Amino acid sequence: MDYERSERTPAGRKLPTAIKLLVAGGFGVGKTTLVSAVSEIRPLRTEEFLTDRSVGVDDLEGVEEKNTTTVAMDFGRISFGEDYVLYLFGTPGQERFWFMWDELAAGALGAVILADTRRLADCFPSVDYFERRDTPFIVAVNCFEGARTYELDEVRLALGLKPEIPLLLCDARRRQSGKEVLITLVRHAMELNSRTPADA
Amino acid sequence: MSHYDDLRPEPRGSGHDEWLDEHAGPVVRPYVMTRGRTEPVRGDFSLISLVVAGRTATGTEPGLDPEHRTIVRLCQDPQSVAEIAAYLDLPAGTIRVLLGDLLDKGYVSVQNPQPETDFRDRRMYEAVLNGLRAL
Repeated sequence: MDYERSERTPAGRKLPTAIKLLVAGGFGVGKTTLVSAVSEIRPLRTEEFLTDRSVGVDDLEGVEEKNTTTVAMDFGRISFGEDYVLYLFGTPGQERFWFMWDELAAGALGAVILADTRRLADCFPSVDYFERRDTPFIVAVNCFEGARTYELDEVRLALGLKPEIPLLLCDARRRQSGKEVLITLVRHAMELNSRTPADA
Repeated sequence: MSHYDDLRPEPRGSGHDEWLDEHAGPVVRPYVMTRGRTEPVRGDFSLISLVVAGRTATGTEPGLDPEHRTIVRLCQDPQSVAEIAAYLDLPAGTIRVLLGDLLDKGYVSVQNPQPETDFRDRRMYEAVLNGLRAL
């Protein structure tokens, strides 16, 4: 029979299934701009504690703990009827906290890595991270005015991206373009996740 | 020869450990609000766990702080933990503790997101793709 995970609340209301997507990339690459372009609400900001996972849980007592850090994330929302709601989180630009991203990446359906061809190296940590974590990701090159345009093949080579990782150009300010980026990501995640023996 | 040192801001107070002005805000206030607790008494709240209030808080309930009541009011419509944190302008960790209290007292119910093992549900992808195309 149909698989239904949403439970009715005491108020008798069915809650939608929430889905998390991440937008990663270097500082100033346009993460919040992309979130803003597709979100149905003005992007909100939340602060999350990230912990260095090499530290034992007991060490989290007390706010003075040195191995936690607070990062601010901007996020937006897109609801699809009553069934699904998509949350789009811009991950912190401080790439030095990459080892603390597990709490952000847990439960994410996929990630968009935004790249700026003038500072391609800024997205190395994100590419490494999502590759290692097996989180479906795509790379979207945000086309800034005045930036030299590169062939996508050159970008793919510079980032060491495998051929199966989708790579596209985008304009993070434009809704249509942001929409295309998200569709590319969700389609990619779907392909990766449906590669099960049963489907073969 | 440099005037660099002159450009540095005046040190705040005598010691580095003092929390003053805006430095006190984000650290001390949420911590006091949860009475020093860092973990919720109940529940496991991710940033996208959805919270909905099952009843209203009129203002006379014992054991509820103003922030608890604000959350109950806000969650008359379902909200994610991230949204509640943003609207109350408090760190997500603080909101989790407050939500744990509310869950424990039966004011709210929570729906956690699907585990990653559910990411094979093709209907979910179709629905999301259709939704995105219609944007």
